[in-house]
Amino acid sequence: MIPFSSVLIVSAVLFAMGLVGVLTRRSALVIFMSVELMLNAATLVFVGASRALGTMDGQLFAFFVMTVAAAEAAVGLAIVIALFRRRRTTDMDHVSLLKW
Amino acid sequence: MSARELVFWADAIVAVMSAGVVVLHRNAVVCALALVMNLCSIAVFFLLLDAAFLFAVQVILYAGAIMVLFLFVVMLLDPEGQGLAGRVGRIQLTLTVAGASLLLVGMARALPSAVADTGILPEGFGGVAGVGRLLFTDYLFPFELASILLLVAMIGAIHMGKKEVER
Repeated sequence: MIPFSSVLIVSAVLFAMGLVGVLTRRSALVIFMSVELMLNAATLVFVGASRALGTMDGQLFAFFVMTVAAAEAAVGLAIVIALFRRRRTTDMDHVSLLKW
Repeated sequence: MSARELVFWADAIVAVMSAGVVVLHRNAVVCALALVMNLCSIAVFFLLLDAAFLFAVQVILYAGAIMVLFLFVVMLLDPEGQGLAGRVGRIQLTLTVAGASLLLVGMARALPSAVADTGILPEGFGGVAGVGRLLFTDYLFPFELASILLLVAMIGAIHMGKKEVER
């Protein structure tokens, strides 16, 4: 059986990679994909903890994380489409009006 | 090393490499396809961790439905992708990687205090019946909240996505 610590290591690596993606990429779509990476890393920890503790609550949490991710993807992509319609770009560096 | 662990580490390599492609590749379509790969490898993790129901949900809902949405929007707006591009400053990139590594080290340091495995699993662990029973008893309220969240997200997405009415 798989030790919980290896699950934690893998998901920590995936989370860190997603973080790098969010902070360095400029395309809004790829930033969204990197957020999905981070969400999945978190989900993996929930499932791993669920396995380690022998209760299914972690899996339920993972299920709800997926629900939220689906909602986030739908709304986020709609925002990207609305943005593209108005500005003809998905480059986040060109959409910095609210940034100080 | 048991067969299960072997599969786990092989899958871990696939997951990390596909995540690397998502983060680094210039073309957004390739990024999306690499993300599908990554989500499938996460699904295999779920299977290895005795979460058969979540495995199915991950493949159908995530790698299927959500990624179709992603690919659709990528193809619609940005087939060329924009990549990392030169304008991410060297200092920013260095700081980002340093910050992520620091985060990684912090998480690795937390490992010894992690929960020890009990190793004993109840009958039907992670199956549809078990998850479903919990979902409609202990987690009924969050379940209903999730349905409201999805409804709100749907209305929001339709509102954002529709053409503006000329006045």
